[in-house]
Amino acid sequence: MFTPHTHADVEAMLKTIGVEKVEDLFKVVPEKNRFPDLNLPQPLSEMQAATELDSIASANATTRDFISFLGAGAYQHYIPAAVDNLLQRGEFYTAYTPYQPEISQGTLQAIFEFQSLVSLLTGMDVSNASHYDGATAAAEAVILAYNNFRGKRAKVLLSRAINPQYREVIRGYMQANDAIRIVGDDPETGIEPNLKNLIDQIDLETCLVMVQYPDFFGRIIDYKPLIEAAHAQGALVAVVANPTALALLTPPGEIGADIVVGEGQPLGIPLSYGGPYLGFFAVKNTLLRKISGRLVGETVDTQGELAYVLTLTAREQHIRREKASSNICSNQGLMTLAATIYMTLLGKTGFQQVANLCYQNAHYTAKAVQEVPGFQLPFKSTPFFHEFVVLADENVPELLAHLQDHGILGGYDLGKDYPELEGCLLMAVTEMISREDTDYLTDVLSEVEHA
Amino acid sequence: MLVPEELKYQKTDEWVKVENSIATIGITDYAQDSLSDVVFVEFAIDPDDEVSAGDSLATIESVKAAAEVVFPVSGKILEVNQILTDTPELLNSEPYTGGWLAKVHVSDESELDKLMDSAAYDAYCQDR
Amino acid sequence: MREPTIFELSSTGRTGVTFQEPDVPLTELPQEFARVNFPFPEISELGVVRHFTKLSQKNYAIDLGFYPLGSCTMKYNPKINESTARYPGFAATHPLQPEDTVQGNLYLMYTLQNWLAEIGGFADATLAPAAGAQGELVGTMIIAKYHKDHGDLKRTRILIPDSAHGTNPASSAMLGFDPIQLPSDERGNVDLKALAELCDDTLAGIMFTNPNTLGLFDENTAEVIRIVHEAGGLVYGDGANMNALLGVFKPGDCGIDVMHYNLHKTFSTPHGGGGPGSGPVMVCEKLVDYLPDPHVVITSPGDEETPPTYGFARPEKSIGRVKAFHGHFGMLVRAFTYIAMLGQEGLRDIAEKAVLNANYLQAKLKGTFTLPYQRSCMHEFVLEGYWKDVPDVHALDIAKRLMDYDFHPPTNYFPLIVHEALMIEPTETESIETLDRFVDAMLKIAEEARTQPELLKNAPHNTPVKRADELKAAKDLIFCCYPAGEWEKK
Repeated sequence: MFTPHTHADVEAMLKTIGVEKVEDLFKVVPEKNRFPDLNLPQPLSEMQAATELDSIASANATTRDFISFLGAGAYQHYIPAAVDNLLQRGEFYTAYTPYQPEISQGTLQAIFEFQSLVSLLTGMDVSNASHYDGATAAAEAVILAYNNFRGKRAKVLLSRAINPQYREVIRGYMQANDAIRIVGDDPETGIEPNLKNLIDQIDLETCLVMVQYPDFFGRIIDYKPLIEAAHAQGALVAVVANPTALALLTPPGEIGADIVVGEGQPLGIPLSYGGPYLGFFAVKNTLLRKISGRLVGETVDTQGELAYVLTLTAREQHIRREKASSNICSNQGLMTLAATIYMTLLGKTGFQQVANLCYQNAHYTAKAVQEVPGFQLPFKSTPFFHEFVVLADENVPELLAHLQDHGILGGYDLGKDYPELEGCLLMAVTEMISREDTDYLTDVLSEVEHA
Repeated sequence: MLVPEELKYQKTDEWVKVENSIATIGITDYAQDSLSDVVFVEFAIDPDDEVSAGDSLATIESVKAAAEVVFPVSGKILEVNQILTDTPELLNSEPYTGGWLAKVHVSDESELDKLMDSAAYDAYCQDR
Repeated sequence: MREPTIFELSSTGRTGVTFQEPDVPLTELPQEFARVNFPFPEISELGVVRHFTKLSQKNYAIDLGFYPLGSCTMKYNPKINESTARYPGFAATHPLQPEDTVQGNLYLMYTLQNWLAEIGGFADATLAPAAGAQGELVGTMIIAKYHKDHGDLKRTRILIPDSAHGTNPASSAMLGFDPIQLPSDERGNVDLKALAELCDDTLAGIMFTNPNTLGLFDENTAEVIRIVHEAGGLVYGDGANMNALLGVFKPGDCGIDVMHYNLHKTFSTPHGGGGPGSGPVMVCEKLVDYLPDPHVVITSPGDEETPPTYGFARPEKSIGRVKAFHGHFGMLVRAFTYIAMLGQEGLRDIAEKAVLNANYLQAKLKGTFTLPYQRSCMHEFVLEGYWKDVPDVHALDIAKRLMDYDFHPPTNYFPLIVHEALMIEPTETESIETLDRFVDAMLKIAEEARTQPELLKNAPHNTPVKRADELKAAKDLIFCCYPAGEWEKK
């Protein structure tokens, strides 16, 4: 289908090689295993494939068909037309990893600009060229912290208010390490915003304390006391941050975070059923050498012209092999470009407008929901950004089903991951939710029969 | 290639100088030449650590490569050459003097017998 | 001409894409959390579009020319894939939507799981891993858990051929295994004698790339697998080179226990300037229960009138979750589209033409360049970029000079077992004309190496920038347009 060979081409090539037929080139494959049957459907023309895929896509209902309050790690934001328009340039998306800087300055400069923007956004010194997603970036932060102390500090404290999927991935990545203890996210330590229980567990054994900002429940918490306590014990602090929130809130770098990671999907990347997304990773200068993943640096060429190049590559797997701190090879390339274009296109004004719209809309919705009998905000004394928890005196799965019947995706059932939050729902509100959407939501909620 | 006579060597390109049970360790001229410009030295140990021969001392990074330096002898670390963190190029310019890596209080002097003298190391390098 | 950075293009007060004002009563943000300085660049929309358009023009890409990069499979990225992945029915679905609202997505994933397993001769597959390296990690986690479940705690060693990609030992080491190097023989096969000696009851398994990074199909494949299995180890197949085997050989049928594919290599999803990739992992029957969470299954079978219902389930002995959500769904749609169009015939055609193209180039270049392994190759082959009588010219110089001929260089200095290696993989989507032009360029360069070596040493001459000072980059360590704190002051 995509092979350009004519019959004449093939004949000419076989002659040059010195074999009679193409099959002869596969003699090295044991005969009994050679040319097996593949039980696959009949091939399709492009037109047929387009129709087929269209019909598969039509079997879905999307966030365009519902009013969606789903967040919990992936957010519905407006992506300006110019983002995808630029991303679809073949020079960007059909380019390879920029190992040959002379013919990759486009990719390299874009990544350099990404690194700069992430550093500014998070208030940190250096950002890498990205990890697969927020969860794996968080896991790499744990690896960095553990290696930083060369195994002499084996305790990692995770806040229970970090996204449950992230905590699971962290444990998965560390499963071979028998010495490490990952604790702090148990129900007894709990999710109180004052963090006292977590802070009390920081000691000289601790290599890292990790928190989320805003946390998984949308709450904005002052981490300064925790960071001070951690640093007093010589431990590092990693903050998992939402990038949209950072346009409005004090960035973690300014309050002393050593590592900032997070999910970059809100930055111009479509929901796309969960991927591909973008993990960002930023550190203070002192940890620069320990960072994994690709890094683009600035230099000059032989003519003295400014040039960008992948650097500090001696940290990576293709050189260190089994001694590399991480096996990561690729970065999220095109997603990094999408985020860079989005952030540049919005710029200071647009980005703050989006963050403010999220904040304002979410507070309007939260207030409206709370006014419906049978619904409360259990965390209402804590400030929040664009997500909040609703306690319903109603069975959550039934409530969600009822809302779905009315064209609303109500949010994320927290009881699945947090037994202590049985009956609670996590709702996210972005710039995509209109006032009318919220008014409709409250109308539907008002009709719900209560237990 | 410079191969000072008074030092002892091993095949993995480390040199050792022993005085009063204190061993000073570094990498040879051959090693720094193969690595070419060193950009970073990452120590794997701290002063007061107890180490065995063969344990990792440091990783040396150049632009295109990373090489591990291992201890030729066992003992207790007395000192680590911290200046290398800011001026790693000393490993290239002064591999036998300013570019020393670590000083160890030797626990077992008999280990020194397993090392090569300068003539043996020189011959070994010629054949590579 | 250098394109200024977005910071240099910025002008205070300028706006790009802006949004509407909030239409709800306003709530004030508590002052103690309010960000004081938000020093983001301020550029007009036209300014942004021009900036990135100009940046794109400095790139080489498959859409512009040939990339004979061994081990990367730089084949054409079909545009139809870009279309289908963007159908709103796919792109606008949230990963946490109720399963009954995304039966299309789940059907696609379930079907792709089966297709990928079928193509390799395996029992099942996971689509979760984000890239090849993560696929390797998953495969190694499965091996580790399998042995642990069987009480085989002594099995700590993984054998890795000396020609292997760096992610192989790195992934093994990440999981606490001891990677042991396995030598190759003079024909480029795994050294069977060395293998037998290294196999005992401390062996967890082997990471086997076949064809290997020399582009050679191991002549003793069945024997390698048998020896490892007999010692109680598992065989992990690194599927980076699957392009040579589509419709030709099913690794699972031959005894490979677990394997990953790179969708961004074999299955045409774009390289994107460094990602995103996707690294599905296939397993044999006995490892099916170990697949990561979540896995797509049929939750109710359906009948003549109704289709089956699909959903996620956690396999019984699952290694757990390796990333958030379900995998790189956008890349899965592309791979699905590709396989749906090709079918069995199309896939086999890929392997045949990929191998044909590689052998053609090998035949034309082996007279002028040293070919260390004198065998018919698969989809790629390795040459030495070095002549003893021209000792000053290295593979690097040949690579840089190729850019002046409008070609991306082949992979160089890998695999490590070939001196001054140049690894060439044409892929099946290149025409004979392109291949002939490449051969011409290589022969001219070989000539230049002898008569005008400075042309190589100072190459490239015609690119947007010339050779970069990598030492300076590693010493100066500049990673931001402005050092921390300085941009805010402007």
